[in-house]
Amino acid sequence: MNRRSGTGYTGIPAWIYAIAAAGALFVLLPLVAMVAKVNWPEFIPLITSDPSLTALGLSLRTSAASTALCILLGVPLALVLARSPFPGQRLLRAFVLLPLVLPPVVGGIALLYTFGRQGLLGRSLELAGIQIAFSTAAVVLAQTFVALPFLVVSLEGALRTAGNKYEAVAATLGARPGTVLRRVTIPLVLPGLASGAVLSFARSLGEFGATLTFAGSLQGVTRTLPLEIYLQRETDADAAVALSLLLVAVAVAVVGLSYRRPGSAAPERAAQ
Amino acid sequence: MTFHLDATLAARGFDVSLSLGPVETVAILGPNGAGKSTLFAIIAGLLRPDTGTAQLGDKVLFDLAADKSLWSAPHTRGTALLAQEALLFPHLSAVDNVAFGPRSAGASSTAARETAMHWLTEVDAGDLASRRPGQLSGGQAQRVAVARALAADPDLLLLDEPMAALDIHAAPLLRRLLKRVLAGRRAIIITHDILDALMLADRVIVLEDGRISEAGPTRDVLERPRSRFAAGLAGLNLVAGTVADAGITTADGMVVAGHHEDTLGPGQDGVAVFPPSAVSVFLTEEHGSPRNSFQVTITDLEPHGDQIRVHAGGLSADITPAASADLGLAPGMTVYFVIKATAINIYPA
Repeated sequence: MNRRSGTGYTGIPAWIYAIAAAGALFVLLPLVAMVAKVNWPEFIPLITSDPSLTALGLSLRTSAASTALCILLGVPLALVLARSPFPGQRLLRAFVLLPLVLPPVVGGIALLYTFGRQGLLGRSLELAGIQIAFSTAAVVLAQTFVALPFLVVSLEGALRTAGNKYEAVAATLGARPGTVLRRVTIPLVLPGLASGAVLSFARSLGEFGATLTFAGSLQGVTRTLPLEIYLQRETDADAAVALSLLLVAVAVAVVGLSYRRPGSAAPERAAQ
Repeated sequence: MTFHLDATLAARGFDVSLSLGPVETVAILGPNGAGKSTLFAIIAGLLRPDTGTAQLGDKVLFDLAADKSLWSAPHTRGTALLAQEALLFPHLSAVDNVAFGPRSAGASSTAARETAMHWLTEVDAGDLASRRPGQLSGGQAQRVAVARALAADPDLLLLDEPMAALDIHAAPLLRRLLKRVLAGRRAIIITHDILDALMLADRVIVLEDGRISEAGPTRDVLERPRSRFAAGLAGLNLVAGTVADAGITTADGMVVAGHHEDTLGPGQDGVAVFPPSAVSVFLTEEHGSPRNSFQVTITDLEPHGDQIRVHAGGLSADITPAASADLGLAPGMTVYFVIKATAINIYPA
């Protein structure tokens, strides 16, 4: 294998490269197949049709809202899981991570029996005049439910890696816990928080099963881009493929923007 | 305005009681795992002892007993901690790092910056103000860390081996700097280096196995060490035992003859102390009073200045390289360490 000068020994056997190439193809080939299927002359009209733009707008808005909600709920969860040992911590972590492995449709059903009209909280909310199921709020809740673990896992890892040496120093310098969190902890784990937020956003953008079950598919209210794609697939395959490509483009843009320079935002280590 | 601490932590076999005057620097010496860092963590409020009390001036740091549980949070204690690593906040510039303490105390950002610049100048790091920690060398970072600790205006400064991670060029500079800034302050410094104790501390405390084994003015401890650890630091051999007529008798029956300075009664605990330079090495047993001759097995040989230091049986001897070659010394050999009784000091343990 031709090695560029200046690169070190990697210790990777040659056959690993072959399998890695096959793995990369496995991911890339379906995307290529989809691109090949795109009806290019009709592409722009297809993705700028009214229902398409409505679905895209709804997807971006709900994903942004659910990412914000993930940060709001996920940062305290990650802090509690990473920093203060307490009885039942492992159990709490297992439950927080559950949506990662749960089929989204099951999540949707669970949410329905919580926030639905006959649900655990839904009945009280109904009395207060708040209806969540089959509304845009339901879309946000469904997306948050499935995306929250991504933020928590990513941030908890960053917190554990950072350790709490800096926090201890900050405290002995007279900083109260709130100040330590704002001026030391959060800035130190900002790269982890950012990548967690990006993953949550991407997961929200692709959410389908829980949304369909819990929020339904009302155009302009709950029909996000993945739901629109699924619906179009039945009637207009060209539109479905065009919208799929749009979703891929949005996802690549979001992930690409935040992973542009891996590690560049990581805290610099003091030279020893 | 004194500092007093009295704390026990059974899980780490820790039981220490100490006091500091308002303007005093105390050096804590001791082997690894003796509880030096535990002591600091307890003072700084990062680790909770089982029982004990601590008071800094009129501030109660903690008061823990079976029926009491008073514990003040680290940020209220006024005990700034400086560790081996500088631990500068990587996302803040040097001046913002130093301004962190004043800012946390509620100073305005301009006032905090002014204080920070004052302290940066004080540690000769004024020109580093705008640098990020990643752009500082180890010595520079540690100087900025000193400025940051001082800018917090602590009532008690805790220095945990501040020179240990520095290279041999940066350490003397920081030591001089610390000598200057510690004047007129209250500080505790953990160190492995006898030079730190001599230059920076008024008093030393030797901590072994979580307990204070020896304490006193630096000079006294080095001149008349009572613990094996302090003797090692002072570069002296120490044998502990009970006082007998001619000298002391160790636990395993060895008799060390020497001269008493004080009025020592037989049966009292005592130590026999002598420098490695007073020890001669022979291949056969030498007789002739008043001399001590001990049969020992060599464990190690190492260069020591222009001498060869021979380690054997927990003692050491300094001989010339020529003598070492003549005798053909090597680890594992059995030799005799011979010391004149007049070269051995015996005093109470």
